[in-house]
Order: sequence, then C-alpha cells, then structure tokens
Amino acid sequence: MERLDFDVVIVGGGGAGLRAAIAAASLDPKLRIALVSKVYPMRSHTVAAEGGAAGVVLPEDSLEHHFNDTVTGGDWLCDQDAVEYFVAHCTEEMIQLEHWGCPWSRRPDGRANVRAFGGMKIERTWFAADLTGFHMLHTLFQTSMKYPSITRLDEHFVCDLLVQDGRAQGVLAIEVATGEFKMVRAGAVVIATGGAGRVFRQNTNGGIVTGDGMALAYRSGVPLRDMEFVQYHPTCMPGTGLLFTEACRGEGGILTNKDGYRYLQDYGLGPADPWPRKKAMELGPRDRLSQAFWHEQKKGRTIMTPSGDECVNLDLRHLGRAHLRERLPQICELAEQFLGVDPAEKPIPVRPAVHYTMGGIPTDKLTAAPLPGLFAAGECASVGIHGANRLGSNSLAELCVFGKVAGEQAAHFARAHDRADASVLASQARDAEDRALAPLTRGGTERLACVRDAMARAMEDGCGIYRTAEGMQETCDTLAELRQSAARIALGHHARGWNTEWLAALELGYQLEVAEAMAHSGLARRESRGAHQRLDAGCTTRDDARFLKHTLASRTQGAPRISWSEVVITKSPPGTRAYGAAGEAAEKAHVEPIAKAANA
Amino acid sequence: MPEARNITIEVLRYDPDGDGPPYLQAFPIEFTDDMSVLQGLQQIKDFQDGSLTFRWSCRMAICGSCGMMIDGTPSLACRSFLRDYLPGPLRVEALAHFPIERDLVVDAGDFMAKLARIKPYIIPKEVKPLSAGEYLQTPEDLERYEQFSHCINCMLCYAACPQYGLDNKWLGPGVTALLHRYNSDSRDGAAGERMQLAHEPEGVWGCTAVGYCSEVCPKAVDPANAVNQNKTKSAVSFFARFLGGE
Repeated sequence: MERLDFDVVIVGGGGAGLRAAIAAASLDPKLRIALVSKVYPMRSHTVAAEGGAAGVVLPEDSLEHHFNDTVTGGDWLCDQDAVEYFVAHCTEEMIQLEHWGCPWSRRPDGRANVRAFGGMKIERTWFAADLTGFHMLHTLFQTSMKYPSITRLDEHFVCDLLVQDGRAQGVLAIEVATGEFKMVRAGAVVIATGGAGRVFRQNTNGGIVTGDGMALAYRSGVPLRDMEFVQYHPTCMPGTGLLFTEACRGEGGILTNKDGYRYLQDYGLGPADPWPRKKAMELGPRDRLSQAFWHEQKKGRTIMTPSGDECVNLDLRHLGRAHLRERLPQICELAEQFLGVDPAEKPIPVRPAVHYTMGGIPTDKLTAAPLPGLFAAGECASVGIHGANRLGSNSLAELCVFGKVAGEQAAHFARAHDRADASVLASQARDAEDRALAPLTRGGTERLACVRDAMARAMEDGCGIYRTAEGMQETCDTLAELRQSAARIALGHHARGWNTEWLAALELGYQLEVAEAMAHSGLARRESRGAHQRLDAGCTTRDDARFLKHTLASRTQGAPRISWSEVVITKSPPGTRAYGAAGEAAEKAHVEPIAKAANA
Repeated sequence: MPEARNITIEVLRYDPDGDGPPYLQAFPIEFTDDMSVLQGLQQIKDFQDGSLTFRWSCRMAICGSCGMMIDGTPSLACRSFLRDYLPGPLRVEALAHFPIERDLVVDAGDFMAKLARIKPYIIPKEVKPLSAGEYLQTPEDLERYEQFSHCINCMLCYAACPQYGLDNKWLGPGVTALLHRYNSDSRDGAAGERMQLAHEPEGVWGCTAVGYCSEVCPKAVDPANAVNQNKTKSAVSFFARFLGGE
C-alpha cells in the first residue's frame, strides 16, 4: 500500500473543500495539503447550484436582517453564535470570489448585483446569472491551481477515516483508475464531502451526493446532528427532480395550481398582491412552499405529468423572453431541452424534490468536530446556521465562509500536533482495506440497484414532506432489513481498476448509515419544526419546551442511539415564525422590540 | 405513465485487464420518451451488466462528466434523448482522441495539464485589498469574456477537433477559450504572459479552423471564435515585434 504524508488532508473537492485548501495554502505556504476527491473537483455538486449566494451589501440591508431571516427561517433551531459569525463574513467572501475572477452579474455602474430569494427581507443574493454554483466552483478550482502546495488526488475514493490516539490522523483512499489503496497520513483532516440527497428517490442531487463524509465521521464515533431535517426544494422537474432555481421566483415567477390559482395564499403566505413582495407568497421559505404543494396534491388541485408525478405550474411568462435569457439562461435551457417547454411561452411543470441536508457532522463555529483533528465544512457539516430549514442562498455563502475557517483551523491544528506512528496507522489501514474489498469478493443473492432503490423509496415514503411515527417506523424497519440485504449484494464486476459498481456498493453502505440516522432522528423528534413536519397527534406543532434541542444520532451495533444537545441562543429568543401579512405582524411583535432593546 | 418503447444501445467495450481490443456489445432496453442516453446506460449497468463503466453525476449538463461519442458525435449523454435515435440501434463510444481507460471512460490527464498551463486565474492588473470592495466591471466589460467562462470542461470540443486527433500537443479549443476568457477580463493583467503560450507552435496556430468544436459545444462557448481572435492577436503581436513595436 502506498503511503503519503501531508500536513492537512481535505476530503471533497467542491466549494468548501477548495476554499479550505486555498485558505490552508495561503496561511502557510510550507504546509503540504492534499485535496482528495472522488471526481475531478469541477464535477463536484457545487456546480449545480444555480440561484446565488448571500452577502449583505445594500444600504437598507444589515447583518441584523440577515441574522433574523436565517434564524427565523431555521425555526429557531440555529446556533446563533454560528449565525452571527456567518453573516458577518459572507460579504467579504463574495468579494474574495470577485477578486478571484467570479463573473458576478453586474449593475450598470459596475458593482455586483443582488437579487431577492425566499424568506429574505432585503435583496442580498449575489448571482452569476443562474449559474452561480458553476462559476463559484470553477473560480475556486482554477484559483487553487495557483498554489503549488496543494496536491490534488483526483478521482480517489475515501473509504476510511484513520483515527489514532483519539485524533483524526488521515484517510484511506482508493485510486479509482487502478483500485489501488493509498494511506494518506496527515496532522488534520477536513471533511467537505457535501450532502446525502441521493438517499431519497426524487432529488435534485448529482449521483455523487451519497453522504460519504457524514458516514465516515459517524463510523468513527462522531454523532450526526439534526439529521431529520431534509429540505425539499419546491420547484423541481417531475420525474428527474432536476432543479429550477428559487431565483425564478426571486425574479418574479409565480406558482399556480391546475385552476391557475396562486394557491400559496391559502397556506399563510398571502395575500397574493401586490407582487412581488419579499417574505411572502412565492418568496416564502422552501419548507413552507413544499408543504403547501403537499396539501394541494391532497386536495386534488395539482396536475398529472407524463412521468406519473403530480405537479404545479411555475409561470415565468410575464417576465419576458429577454429578461429570462439574461437572468435565467440555464432554466430556459433545462426547460427547453428536458421538457420541451419554452418558459417565455408556457409555464414550467414543477414539484418538490429532496435538495439539501440541514444536518450533518456537528461542529463549533470554527468548524471543529467533536473528534480532535477533524474539521468539517459545507453541506456535510452541521455548524448550526441552518436550523430546521435552510434559507436559499445561505449554502453557497456557507461553503466559502466555513470552508475558509476549516482550512485555517486544520492548518493550525496540524502545526501544533505530531503525526501518528505510520506503522500503527498502516495496520489500521490494512484492516480498512480488507473491509473495503469485501464487496468485491463475496458472493450473494442481492442486486445493488434493487437495494439502493428500495432505500430511496423507503425514505420518500416514510420521511417525506409530512411524516408520522408509523411511517417513519416502517422506514426504520425497512432500512434495518436493507442493511442485511446490502451485506448479500453480488457484484457483476470484479476488477479493481475503474470498478464503479464496487464504489457504488461502498457508497450504498454510507447511504444506509445516513438514512438510518435521518429516520431515527425524525422518529425521536415528536414535534413539527421547519422541514420536519408530523401529522400524528401531539406532534403537529413546534414544542420549544421539549424540543428546542438538536438531535444527535450515534452509531451502535443496532439502531442509532438518539440523544440531545442544547441550541445556542444569543439574542433572538424563539418567536412566531410567519410569512406574508402574518409575518409582518410577527416581526413587529418580535424582532423590533429586540432591536430596540439592543439599541437602548 | 408514458408508453415504453424498445431500442438497442451498442456500446464500445474495452477491458484494460483483458487482452482483446475494444469490441461492440449490444444491449436492448425499454425506454420512455423522457429518458436520456445516460439513463439508458444506467439501466444497463443496474440490471444487465454491472461492469459497464462510464462517468456521470449531475444529470443536467453542467458537471461535464458524461461526454461520449453518440452515433459518432461528441455529446453529453445526460442531455441526449433516446427518442431522438429511433429506430436505433444507437452507438455509444468513448470520446474520440483520448486514451480509453475502460469502456466509456477516457484519460482526462492531458486536458487537466493543459488547463493548469494557461494559469487559469486572475493575475490582477492592480492588487487591492478585500476591504476596498469589488473591482468595478460594467455589464459590457463582463460581456467581453462571459461566454468563454461557460466552459464546463466536458472535452467534447477535443473529441471534435481533427487537429487534436492528429497531434495532441496543441492546446486545443476548450483551454484556448479559457485562456481567452482570462485575457479578456478587465481585472486581469497577465495577457502578455498567457499570449506566449498562444504564440507557440502548439498554441493557437495548431488550429486549422474547422470549427466543429463550436458546433458540438453544449454551452455555446464558441471556442473556435476564441482561437480565431487569438490568431489575430498573435499575428499582430508578431508583426509588432518584427517592427520593433513591442
């Protein structure tokens, strides 16, 4: 087995991983940094983010507003110290990207432009047309080539986190092209592997979004936090789940049901007019909009599509062809090529699909996980800024703000600690190698795709937009059975080099761990908050007295063990979460007195 | 549910561990009209032959992973639809002009090395601290390079370029478009440095102006246009040097 030595190893080459690598390399050019990614970094799923990234710039906006939008949007499950740090650093990161060449859309005076997003009081979403994630990722990736101290291990699949003396000290990676194992020893490890949306059937995510980093940490004894909170994005393509950005609504798009009625006004988001209006109707938060769809479907007011999925209409026609081409070119392309719909002529059929995991590896506001030497940033992490529902355009900003912190913190940690004994680490790596090779050699009766699809369906059935104890229990039972089935999967491909079926089997192992953490955390949270909504008696409303707490799912030999941890509240005590006219009233009652008290 | 139809996908298989040359294997599949070629390949991998190997991720023509030859044309499998190849069979092969690693997977190392060579990052004309805010760039300034920044690195243009097929030393269309992207950016001050690469025999002069690269580009980057603009620049600067003007 090849052995490599670095100061910092970063797992994941998306926005957060690249930002971390650049930060560590800038902090100390003498540090040797490894960036390990199972795909070429520019293929990472950051590439698919469309609408934009948050950063306060307008004179009428403020860090207070960004803080309040985020905490309210998260239904008060956010760690407010992390949110304060976050909002204070978003804008400088947007400017940093600008200095690195990100082609932000501009105002006529040459300044970067901003647009509105859901649940946002004042426009603060920086955007590069509707290709924001693509441009951010390529900007970061290409900029990373400036730093000779960053060694990229492209197309290397991480199959184990190496822990010794109670510290994360490296990873074991499989070179995809050859199937050879490499032990990467390092003084600190950053996990930046993104989310886990592929555990659900209908999702916006790329095939690579399989929760690898979350599962690596979980298997090393790190509990996963707030895993029950999974975001359904309300406007996705029926069948494939491909994303139509929230910027469609930010630019003025409306949602109508089969009768042409703007149904959101029936779900506490109205009144419908005047339009557009921030924090109301189509500019409400994602959880509320997806929940409204669910009710419309129950009422029989949605439209059947050829894929067999119900939908509503996303109507952009009134924005005009020229505006659509300028601001939403990718949306036009997706609608035309995948659906044969010209959005200037016809509404786009859309429905909710799984988009984002709010929970993940718990970290403090400086990205340190409970395992010393381990840092996490981006969607795989739960730094605490999203609470029970993430606000649109906070995740791209998060990649930068906390990716940078993770890179710097890991660099500091690596400089302050000795390396593990390589021979001890190597024996651990050999055990991990044997485990990773097992699926290649064992015989069995199960088919990989069937187990994977059964998992995705069980998650959708039991852990969807609305949940019940009974449904979640059934999903938990199915997942337990599927873990047994997964151990009996027979592969059709037994070569070591470029065996993507083998790697998919390892990914499925990760996915099942993450799915179980989600379902069991959901079962334990006997209330409704943000993206976790329950229909069973006694659980249909938010219950701060019992559940203003984070869940922590810990791995055991059997089902995950669920425990609880405190939410950090610094300045915004839990209040009423409302949008539309009700939201304006709630803001008067809640936010304004706090602001006054703070100013007094 | 939409009606299912049948089509056969012929895939060029290559096993680096075996001794044989690449060979075609036919897989009959059932498909619906909304299915992409990528979904067809996934169906084969899931239910017929787990060893069929290809790269993919986003499914929405932005990650650039799933470039391959479909009926001889460099294409992204995720945004090519099976219905457009009826009655079939359709033939799927690895991207032309690259070494094959397995089945539809090619070695992208050459492209990645070339990308690094052009210094694909801003080397600022004027350094300013973050506290001074963003560089001003009007929509017109942005327009000068924006199209060239849309390259998703899918390498279809390399598979389309006959010159690259003959001699892969030349920089190639996609990387030249990115060179032009940085040189045309009002924030950048290193055009002279990058133009050295364009002047070289392996630079823009490797291109014989076939223009097929721009036809197959899924993002309308128009690399042929970038190459041509740089031929003009390269020629002008050559004569300027000849006349002692530079």
